[in-house]
Amino acid sequence: MEMKTKVLAEEGKQEILINREFDLPLELLFKAYEDPELVEQWMGTKVLSLESKQNGSYQFQTSDANGNVMFKARGVIHTFIPNQKIIKTFEMENAPVGIQLEIYAFESLGEGKSKLQMHVLYESVALRDQVVKYGMAPGINMAHNRLEEVVGKLK
Amino acid sequence: MNLRRDVFQAIADPTRRAILVLVASQSMTAGAIAANFDTARPTVSKHLQILTECELLKPEQNGREIHYHINAIKMKEVADFIELFRQMWDERFNKLEAIMKNYKPKK
Repeated sequence: MEMKTKVLAEEGKQEILINREFDLPLELLFKAYEDPELVEQWMGTKVLSLESKQNGSYQFQTSDANGNVMFKARGVIHTFIPNQKIIKTFEMENAPVGIQLEIYAFESLGEGKSKLQMHVLYESVALRDQVVKYGMAPGINMAHNRLEEVVGKLK
Repeated sequence: MNLRRDVFQAIADPTRRAILVLVASQSMTAGAIAANFDTARPTVSKHLQILTECELLKPEQNGREIHYHINAIKMKEVADFIELFRQMWDERFNKLEAIMKNYKPKK
């Protein structure tokens, strides 16, 4: 079976490439990254702020049922070209994986399909390997249940 | 026993992967782990049992409490970390796709 999401993390490099084809028109895919309410839904984290524009910034935060903050991240948006490109930084607070630079390239494949290429650069090879080994941001997964509820309601 | 297959079965489940990510940052008791999920406590216990059986987690008696640690050596033996990472992103993108397919622009 063809895998919809592809990940390339070459040995000894401090970057990761993530490619995904979506059964969504380009505009809808881009909107999922642009609109704070939608980001909140699919990422399963509270979006404290998100200014989708050049020189904008954002802050995410996830709390558990008792209100303890499990995950907090922030970054600045360097480039924002609707339906084409987003370049931003991403850094988690209280997580020993440093800062990362994320380059998102959006592309239409026609017939209501689109493609996202994520190029993520880490501070070092070691930090990249750590992220790959332990998955993505702790906290985002914890909110998976909540996200499933959101999707469930939409169906 | 096919240990390799067992490890992959263990990480094929989203809740078990979430547990691994959680415990990766700090060792935790079963109760503290369960508090992060809406799932019933016995279900979380079952997941912990599976992760312990295939040695991805190591329980350690600490006074009266049992703390679960990530077994880094075993984690390194999982042949393909990238696959675990890929599956996480795949799920995340699947959610994005599902949400956007139901998206109705506000008038």
